[in-house]
Amino acid sequence: MDSSRRRILQLLGVSALALTTRPVFNAFAKEAQAAGAEAAFKAGEKALQAKQWAMVIDTRKFHSEAELEPLVEACHKIHNVPKLQNKNHEIKWIWGTHYHNAFPNKAARFLAESVEHRPFLVLCNHCENPPCVRVCPTQATWKRDTDGIVFMDFHRCIGCRFCMAACPFGARSFNYRDPRPFIKETNKKFPTRMKGVVEKCNFCAERLAVGQLPACVEASDGALAFGDLYDPESEVRKLIKTNYTIRRKQTLGTEPSVYYIV
Amino acid sequence: MNNKTLIVTGLVIFLIIVLFPFWYMRGKAAPMPEPVLTPKAKAAKACVRSTDYMRAEHMQLLDIWRDEVVRRSKRVYVNPQGKEFNMSLSNTCLDCHSNKTEFCDRCHNYASVRPYCWSCHIDNPKEKS
Repeated sequence: MDSSRRRILQLLGVSALALTTRPVFNAFAKEAQAAGAEAAFKAGEKALQAKQWAMVIDTRKFHSEAELEPLVEACHKIHNVPKLQNKNHEIKWIWGTHYHNAFPNKAARFLAESVEHRPFLVLCNHCENPPCVRVCPTQATWKRDTDGIVFMDFHRCIGCRFCMAACPFGARSFNYRDPRPFIKETNKKFPTRMKGVVEKCNFCAERLAVGQLPACVEASDGALAFGDLYDPESEVRKLIKTNYTIRRKQTLGTEPSVYYIV
Repeated sequence: MNNKTLIVTGLVIFLIIVLFPFWYMRGKAAPMPEPVLTPKAKAAKACVRSTDYMRAEHMQLLDIWRDEVVRRSKRVYVNPQGKEFNMSLSNTCLDCHSNKTEFCDRCHNYASVRPYCWSCHIDNPKEKS
């Protein structure tokens, strides 16, 4: 009696195992097949390449805040940046500020009038040693080793705002509210963001990928130059070579990639 | 087995309650949704991959696309037939399948899945641009 019960249980166990192995095998086989499917990925043929993208802003060509407006508008429009009235909720990728705000450690008590009243275009500096990247707990922001852009993966951002605390330039904004109702004209080609993520300038990575220069550079009528910092023949290097340039808060050692001709 | 009747009645009642949803809804299963193809999608004949693959694996495909574009800056997908596609949900997928409510939502609702792609990605690039 006892041994026959044991026998039956054994048989039941073995048959159950036999019945379940096939689907499991099939599932694994299918997975292996899907992984081995010979689809490939590549960068676009027209994509612009660089070791480290950099920007040179000729601030002498701007005289009033209104002159910066088309550049800011061009950027914010194509990237679906919302316009929020509340200063605490504001989202900015690129904006104008005064000399003493842009360069607090270079501002003397008395300044040349032209510099004091000149607007300075500020944006993410795409630092070579970015502090925001070091603090990000999810690697939602990282420095691309292909072109030096400090990029953001909005899918991964958990909205902890460490990067905002780490960035010495205030280049990052947090979506305290759902941005969609505050976007006047949506660019259907670019995603919006959602409530609870941080965002910032991406050096127009989506435009560089199709061979276009950043929107602000295109709208600047020559006042902004863009190129590879490590290519001695690039436009930015030529400008840096022939003009005296400064960078924001250089003493902090973040190595900003945005240069200003003053 | 002193309380045989009691136990058996109890078991029967238990089975009836447990199986109630099955016999109550018998033959009344919601019909499987038919995603509607736009004329453009119909004219294209083939999607990025075969219909079977897309039906079963589109979420994995989109996930791979996302990682390739965002994290590895590769924006072009070459399918096994050698055809190239810009890896973009809004600009490639929804360019053909511009009827999200009739194409995406129908199955998603049926399967009760709620992808949050659309809280950022714009669902219909063609609607009054």
